[in-house]
Amino acid sequence: MTDRSVIDSAQVLLDTRCRCKLNAPWTQFMADTFADAGDHLVDIRDLHFSRGERLLFDGVELSIRRGEVTAIMGPSGTGKTTLLKLIGGQLQPDRGTIHVEGQHVAGLSTRGLYKLRRRMGMLFQSGALFTDLSVFDNVAFPLREHTDLPEPLIRDLVLLKLQAVGLRGARDLMPAQLSGGMARRVALARAIALDPTMVMYDEPFTGQDPISMGVLVDLIRRLNDALGLSSIIVSHDVAETARIADRIHVLHGGRIVESGTPGALYESQSEWVRQFMHGLPDGPVPFHYPAALGFDEDLMSQPRSSRGAW
Amino acid sequence: MVNGFQRLGARALAIAERFGRAFLFLLRALAGMPALVLRPGLVVQQLYSVGVLSLVIIVVSGVFVGMVLGLQGYTTLLNFGAEQSLGVLVALSIVRELGPVVTALLFAGRAGSALAAEIGLMKSTEQLSGMEMMAVDPMNRVIAPRLLAGFLAMPLLAAIFSFLAILGSYVIGVGLLGVDAGAFWGQMQDAVEFREDILNGVIKSVVFGFVASWIAVFEGYDAEPTSEGVSRATTRTVVYTALAVLGLDFVLTAVMFG
Repeated sequence: MTDRSVIDSAQVLLDTRCRCKLNAPWTQFMADTFADAGDHLVDIRDLHFSRGERLLFDGVELSIRRGEVTAIMGPSGTGKTTLLKLIGGQLQPDRGTIHVEGQHVAGLSTRGLYKLRRRMGMLFQSGALFTDLSVFDNVAFPLREHTDLPEPLIRDLVLLKLQAVGLRGARDLMPAQLSGGMARRVALARAIALDPTMVMYDEPFTGQDPISMGVLVDLIRRLNDALGLSSIIVSHDVAETARIADRIHVLHGGRIVESGTPGALYESQSEWVRQFMHGLPDGPVPFHYPAALGFDEDLMSQPRSSRGAW
Repeated sequence: MVNGFQRLGARALAIAERFGRAFLFLLRALAGMPALVLRPGLVVQQLYSVGVLSLVIIVVSGVFVGMVLGLQGYTTLLNFGAEQSLGVLVALSIVRELGPVVTALLFAGRAGSALAAEIGLMKSTEQLSGMEMMAVDPMNRVIAPRLLAGFLAMPLLAAIFSFLAILGSYVIGVGLLGVDAGAFWGQMQDAVEFREDILNGVIKSVVFGFVASWIAVFEGYDAEPTSEGVSRATTRTVVYTALAVLGLDFVLTAVMFG
């Protein structure tokens, strides 16, 4: 039962028992309260995380809504993939909390974490297919590990998932025989094999040709809507991500600097966000990497003797 | 001077930390082994790749080591007029020392390096992370079966090596050099004791198998997820296993026969 139907049912119940009509502001208040508490699949509060000396997250605050395609965008090296690993419990935050489906991820036991992960799918940048298993066996892997389903039923389920990503005909191929785009589609079929509630995509469009890119963009949106999933896409491919995302959060300097719909972000007041969204070569992020000397001065200075690594 | 001590201390701490990590890793892998009773197929599959696929190198090396030992032993014993004792010399050298040690070194080169490279590549291509995200523990699914297969395969390979080496020396000694077949087998039967020689040899091969498999799977799992990291892990597996086997062989020999 969805939260909205809970509210509707509550209103009908009160209407009939109290024989009094709730006024509109009160129902709106109830709706907002339920929406805040229940519509967020992932809640990240005051997240701090460092890798070695480098501070990656400095107080990230982020909520991801159910049923939406949410994109987390930002330049390379801002820790987008690390954020997915923190949500999946593969890394522990230094400070702050991450709640997924209301569960505090860092506080879960191994058993609890694995139970939660059965409801999460993850598409890795490399696909992460098992190279010694065929396409069919890769998709069947989570089903065989976590269920006692008979083999004929597993076969049907695998063929359904492969049909959904358009690769039923490739079931007998080995991962080495697949193109990059096909490998990601197989990985996507595997990620949805256990019918998760959310799927995380790590740079799904990187290095794809236009056709594969179009297929993946379309698949992510269609699967999200058809299966009632919630999707989190980590990417720096602005155009493709903006085409399918309901909401984008832009990560920069260890914080979420702006959130909103793709349209709103294209029109952002922030120069940095505009430069990122429009891919402008110069702006707050300068074209030139900072140098100790000016260009003329550098040309006139004595070259340092250096021996090459070779 | 102070900097030198600092570096030395830091290095010692890093080594101690690595040993600790390897030990905890072993405990986690051992904890995953009981569950393998329910999935023997995983172990059988690894026994094939670790054991059966190592057979060629073990068989060929065993035969040649035996033949060389037969030839060298015969020429040396001939000086003392004791060439009929070739069977004893060969059997004791092989069962006590050469069988377990050479098999372990070959095992490290063939199976150990393959294990480390396979696991390291699985890590660098995110297959292990993918497994974790599918709520499957790689320690139970990947590491434990490989470790157990290594434990089981190594003593069997050492037994095959020893058998074929003795056979090789028989072919050279009796077939080519004219040692009496009865003296070859009879003296061997008299001189080689089951507990003192054969059992100690088996214990050595079990210990070497344990150490070689542990080093291989740990180095693979602990590898940096880059091509250079995997290459370093593979090299380290062979070098560390060789050093550990030779060092442990001395210790075990001193305890067993000293």
